[in-house]
Amino acid sequence: MPFESLSADTLGNIYIALLGLAVLLYAILDGYDLGVGVLFPPRNELFKDAMVASIGPYWDANETWLVLAVGLLLIAFPQAHSAILQTLYLPATFMLMGLILRGVSFDFRAKVAQTKKKKWDTCFKYGSLLTTLSQGYMLGIWVTGLRTDLYAQGFALLSAFGVTAAYAFIGACWLILKTEGDLQRKAFYWAKRCLMILAGGIIAVSFLNLTLHAEVRALWLESPLGFLLMAIPVTCFGLLALCGVVLQRLPEADGKGEWLPFALALLVFLLCFAAFGISYYPYVVPGKLTIMDALADANSLRFLLVGTVIVVPCILAYTVMVYRIFAGKSEKLSYY
Amino acid sequence: MDAFVLSRLQFALNISFHILFPTITIALGWFLFYFKLRSNLTGHPVWMRIYRFWVRVFALTFALGVVSGVTMSFQFGTNWPGFMEKAGNVAGPLLGYEVLTAFFLEATFLGIMLFGMRKVPNWLHTFATFVVAAGTTLSAFWILSLNSWMQTPQGHEVIDGVVYAKDWSAIIFNPSFPYRFTHMLLASGLTASFLIAGLSAYRLFRGDDKIAPKIALKTATYTAAVLIPLQIFAGDMHGLNTLEHQPQKVAAMEGVWHTEQGAPLLLFAVPDEEKKTNHFEIGIPNMASFILTHDVNGEIKGLNEFEGEHPPVAPVFYSFRVMVGMGLLMLGTAWAGAFYLYRRNVMPDWLNKVFIGMSFSGWVATLAGWYVTEVGRQPYLVSGVLTTQEAVTGLPPANIALSFTLYAVLYFTLLIAYIGTLTLMCRKAVAIEEITQEEKNKAQRIRFNPVQTN
Repeated sequence: MPFESLSADTLGNIYIALLGLAVLLYAILDGYDLGVGVLFPPRNELFKDAMVASIGPYWDANETWLVLAVGLLLIAFPQAHSAILQTLYLPATFMLMGLILRGVSFDFRAKVAQTKKKKWDTCFKYGSLLTTLSQGYMLGIWVTGLRTDLYAQGFALLSAFGVTAAYAFIGACWLILKTEGDLQRKAFYWAKRCLMILAGGIIAVSFLNLTLHAEVRALWLESPLGFLLMAIPVTCFGLLALCGVVLQRLPEADGKGEWLPFALALLVFLLCFAAFGISYYPYVVPGKLTIMDALADANSLRFLLVGTVIVVPCILAYTVMVYRIFAGKSEKLSYY
Repeated sequence: MDAFVLSRLQFALNISFHILFPTITIALGWFLFYFKLRSNLTGHPVWMRIYRFWVRVFALTFALGVVSGVTMSFQFGTNWPGFMEKAGNVAGPLLGYEVLTAFFLEATFLGIMLFGMRKVPNWLHTFATFVVAAGTTLSAFWILSLNSWMQTPQGHEVIDGVVYAKDWSAIIFNPSFPYRFTHMLLASGLTASFLIAGLSAYRLFRGDDKIAPKIALKTATYTAAVLIPLQIFAGDMHGLNTLEHQPQKVAAMEGVWHTEQGAPLLLFAVPDEEKKTNHFEIGIPNMASFILTHDVNGEIKGLNEFEGEHPPVAPVFYSFRVMVGMGLLMLGTAWAGAFYLYRRNVMPDWLNKVFIGMSFSGWVATLAGWYVTEVGRQPYLVSGVLTTQEAVTGLPPANIALSFTLYAVLYFTLLIAYIGTLTLMCRKAVAIEEITQEEKNKAQRIRFNPVQTN
């Protein structure tokens, strides 16, 4: 068996890193296409077609990162998978309903009569919204260590709105990058609004986060590295402020630097994710289950690692290839 | 109802709904690759029109398959936590390989296949079509390997009730895997063939006089006519394999309550679980023994030898008959269709209508087949290793009842919408004049002589 020399500890770290990568990529990639769904305007037909066209070639692959993330959790940390998903059974069900609705609406809307198209558009918007709210709620409950008391519920609700704002924000930035004209102007407006809400959300979640676990509080406020860690939120807000300025100036920049808001949003996601990662490592369920508690049999993980080492770089390579093929402003949707 | 029954119902509902779509896309992917190749080789625009119509069907079907598949990966943990805790060391890596090697491949290249035609060179588009088809097949490879391992497990050891993998090639290529994989791929081929033939027949029925539906009908009918005898042969081999490894399943399929020599082939019966006998039997004497042992007096083990270890008889017994009956119906239809198309180039109206009616016959046969094999594995989840009861969740039944109801309503709506949309796409295709002047000129230049129609 290859990787015989890797200890269970190392394997646990490798798999948590892989899981982290899958979750981060999911949040960014499906994040922007869910965000576009959340922003879907009920009436403007032209906007709607252009918005769908901007995510058309990507959404399938984006959603696959969720399957990989849930799969890795299932494979590497089966106990955590069942603990998390049994506690979050109903929100997970609602999230799946949302994902199903939005995923199929996307295809149905292009193929049905004009009268029915409106209904699928509604399904697309509210399916996306249901998905983002449920994901945020689940993230919130997970952070509390799967508590279900009232305080945890309140925190989870806040997180639900925060995550939705984050997705809508990166979705608007995506639209700035991929569209032009009226829709792009609208996207600037959306991005500015979402930026405000997101900034508020990050502050609220960050502070409440400190009230949840003593260890986390100690890490951020009392440990000698605390000052270094503080660089994360400071940078994060620096980036958000910069993004605000960029959003203000870009409409006059004549098409230059339209990638900037999306790149900044991406960095903000990365920093928020890093803050979560640092806070809760080495737990897979904060305060309850550590990586080693939940780790599956090392030999099975070694077997899967062989494929992972070969395949994941390939996945990343052809994902990059697809983004290059479809680079630039999106075209009208057509199947050839 | 308790969490056990509800979880089983919900899983059955989810997986039944899910399998409808991959069953189509696995083979439809290869059909598309064939259309694309013909287009490249002949340069005749009709192949691209067939491709365009069916790639839209593929996109819709694939989307339904993806979203209904995501729910599956959640349910292992939510409803069957015992499965991953006890058998996860084998099941996990197989599922992992499916996601890594197949899901990303198909989903990513699907983008190029659907929207990249004008953005990438033609060879890359053809390649993307190939990769998507190969990806769906690879995905079937892994998931059927896992399912087959659950039916006929080997290559593992059990320590304190937990399964540990010992020999991965023995696990992946377990005894029932080659048979199940072949049987499923052929089932997919037939499902897609009958769908293509059925919808093309529907377009002709609605007065479509273009060449595209006629060629598609011909391609699909010939494919079905070739695949169906292969499928019957593969199914028979699969049955013999099951007899060797899971005799209790075969006993339930044939309704053999007590070990007997020269068992009849029951065409119809009403199995009675309580009295352990069949009512209203209609059978061909000695035929079951002949088929299964190749000896008219061969012995077939009855359910009495597997007391408490055998599946419920009626669902397995009936499903098996539905599957075989549908298979024979497909055989008759496909061969009749191929005969008329070969001799006269058109089907008579009645046969055209039969093909329309058989559009989704592949679904019926595939579902029935899966019910035979999955219900036939009960009471085990992993044969001889883990019972279904041991794996079930401790969730409150009310939660599962709620999610089950929501799924049922949603899936029912989506199924109606799916079939409705396919029909609408056919009707729209009838109305559209697809040939552009450019294409006409091109066709004339090539002087392609399409299969003479009418």
